[in-house]
Amino acid sequence: MLLIHCPYCEEERPEIEFRNAGEAHIARPSDIASISDADFEKFFFIRDNTKGLVYERWRHVHGCARFFNAVRDSVSDKFVMTYKAGEPKPKKLPGAGK
Amino acid sequence: MAKAAVKKPASAPATALVECRPALAGREASGSNVKVSVLPPAERISLRAPEASVAALSRALGVTLPQKPKTSASKNGRTVLWLGPDEWFVIDEAGGNPLDDCTNAKALHSAVGVSHRNVAFAVSGAGAQATVSAGCPQDLSLDAFPVGACSRTVLGKSEILLYRPAADAFRVECWRSFSDYVFTFLTEAARDAAA
Ligand SMILES: [Zn+2]
Repeated sequence: MLLIHCPYCEEERPEIEFRNAGEAHIARPSDIASISDADFEKFFFIRDNTKGLVYERWRHVHGCARFFNAVRDSVSDKFVMTYKAGEPKPKKLPGAGK
Repeated sequence: MAKAAVKKPASAPATALVECRPALAGREASGSNVKVSVLPPAERISLRAPEASVAALSRALGVTLPQKPKTSASKNGRTVLWLGPDEWFVIDEAGGNPLDDCTNAKALHSAVGVSHRNVAFAVSGAGAQATVSAGCPQDLSLDAFPVGACSRTVLGKSEILLYRPAADAFRVECWRSFSDYVFTFLTEAARDAAA
């Protein structure tokens, strides 16, 4: 079983307590009514779908129930790190910049 | 909020008698080293509050709200489980009314009475850990899940609240409509644990 570190529970917990919640760090436009259809499409539908490191929202739905963010490798499915919701994209990743 | 929920209309009868009958009341199953039983009704509230309200709510409830993940606090038949950074579950088994008590806390909070939403099971005996582990993916060894530990988690396909009052005892709470499934699951698991 895959173990995921919850930044609120402060420990690794079994994967089936969690639910993926899509790409992270997508800012909702402050005045959504005024943006063009093209910009709305970009915000609402278009996702990076990167091969490699992805930044995702996850929810510890059957645990503390909190949303948080995770950096994950979409090729190996390995979790690189997790951090609390609202925190910026981590500048340095564990194991990077050697 | 909580206050509105407990206010009685002027016309309400002086003694509002409610029959508390949990689903599966009285049911019991035992293996050679574990017993699964349905616990009597209890008062329960779901409590949400910011950190600034924790002290006031602790005073009002008479139990200090635990702030460390997976920990609980217990006093005079009332147990408070940490569920999340701003979420607790209060179980009163001594006939108290935690929902009423919360109205004495003037600090911001949301308290919702969920007494009869849940059904609780006691799993006890030397085989208790093996029984719960049959369906719960968490590490339930005493190192990882010591006495007093609690967590929202899963048992098989149902969400549960798990609390460990003693080394060889667990309290398993689930939503009423899931109770048939959870009780049957624990009964089967108890048989395997005994084998
Ligand atoms: Zn968590």
